[in-house]
Amino acid sequence: MSVLLRTEGVHKAYGGVRALDGCTVEVGEGTVAGLIGPNGSGKTTLFNVITGYAKADAGEVYLADRRITNAAPDKVFAMGIGRTFQLTRIFARLTVLENMLVASRHGHSANRKRAMEQLEFVGIAGHHAALAGTLSYGQRKLLELAYILVADPEVILLDEPAGGVNLSLVNHIADRIRELNAAGKTFLIVEHNMEFVMGLCDQLTVLDSGSVVATGPPDIIRTDRRVLDAYLGVDVDEDLDEAGDLDEAGADPGEDV
Amino acid sequence: MTGPVPETPDPAAGSATSTTARSVLTIEGLVAGYGGGDVLRGVSLEVAEGGITCVVGPNGAGKSTLMASISGLLRPRLGSITLDGENLVGKSPRQILRLGVVQVPQNHSLFRDMTVRENIELGGYIITDRSLTARRVDSVFDLFPQIAGWAGSKAGSLSGGQQRLVEFARALMLEPRLLMLDEPSMGLAPKIVRTVFDAIRQMNSGGSTILLVEQNARAGLRLSGHGVVMESGRVRLSGTGREVLENPEIGALYLGGVPGERQAG
Repeated sequence: MSVLLRTEGVHKAYGGVRALDGCTVEVGEGTVAGLIGPNGSGKTTLFNVITGYAKADAGEVYLADRRITNAAPDKVFAMGIGRTFQLTRIFARLTVLENMLVASRHGHSANRKRAMEQLEFVGIAGHHAALAGTLSYGQRKLLELAYILVADPEVILLDEPAGGVNLSLVNHIADRIRELNAAGKTFLIVEHNMEFVMGLCDQLTVLDSGSVVATGPPDIIRTDRRVLDAYLGVDVDEDLDEAGDLDEAGADPGEDV
Repeated sequence: MTGPVPETPDPAAGSATSTTARSVLTIEGLVAGYGGGDVLRGVSLEVAEGGITCVVGPNGAGKSTLMASISGLLRPRLGSITLDGENLVGKSPRQILRLGVVQVPQNHSLFRDMTVRENIELGGYIITDRSLTARRVDSVFDLFPQIAGWAGSKAGSLSGGQQRLVEFARALMLEPRLLMLDEPSMGLAPKIVRTVFDAIRQMNSGGSTILLVEQNARAGLRLSGHGVVMESGRVRLSGTGREVLENPEIGALYLGGVPGERQAG
């Protein structure tokens, strides 16, 4: 199996907070890979670095053999990496079909036909004339997926596709991902719904404090001690000799992270 | 569904909760949510007087929804929440505050351009007696002497850990009947987390009854006489902090693999 998407030692800091601290992640071609980890572990930041929404302070990003580090978002998209967002980004006051035509940039008939096909594939073709703002949250996620499929990307990055979505739609989304994967698409998925990622992914990478703590198939990851430690936190009484002095300069940043 | 752990007093646990302590807050069969779905699906729990009760659980378990329901920001669909026997459901956040439920929110919430002292005084804004306000400020400075040293500084110039302590001090101005802390360790370095947890312990020793929601499950449960693990809107484990921490099922609740809860796959 060849590696299609790879980050190598990526560092990214916001103020004094190291969001990514030497993050190396590999996604095999034709696989469904999952990226998990507790809140604030750097998952979305890594997505942002890969897709050009944040600049890496150090490290590299490769798509196959091509170095794409810090390429602009539209360039990354054009090179074949499509991405959805945790909070959906759609044009609420355009219709569903118009949103799709924005993705294909032109409204001529071939694009219209292709847009309708994608809407049918994700299962919201019946809503094509509705304003996108009237869709349910789960339907918006499907619209975002249809939107990026227009560009026929090689790699699809999904940021919490199951978050805030009802169970039947979660299963529907999982089925669409499986179908796309069977047709050759490679996925990297950030998701907190463990049953969803564990049931769907071939390989999981676990982040904690901006670094990879474990990589492996779901059944191994589920029982990995380091992964449990990442989720349950450090017992500050056992692992530290003394409490931090709050009057010490530079002890911790004051901004929210 | 896993049965809850039987509650037995554990003398080794951090704070003074025992089965004989009366409960300050009692929640029964709480169902709450936003829009079409229920986030809380029948939550029952008690917060014992003088103790620390810690609620942990993976993302989406319903911890924030629980806090919002108690403080009156979200009206529950079913179930009851009582403070010393008085029903809180249907009361406004302001009425609930007046009854003595004070929450320290997860995000930093000080007025950055005001001094530390001004921020703390604002915590007592519903107190009309100015001399009482002054006495309360003195007593929070007694509890947290380090804060007195920052009193004249602008709150925005403090570090994250310092701001957290000032937020605690501000909450104590009303001498709350129930102090709710929403993920106080969020975004702080481990050494600073320990300092913040020491402060929580201090407030508890000073008599505060605390409901702590914490993302650092190990640190939070270790501190607490009573621990609750929520998952998918339900209480899945409860017992002393130590019992919950040592229950092997806690891992499955965070990482999946709990029987009967399969979704995709």
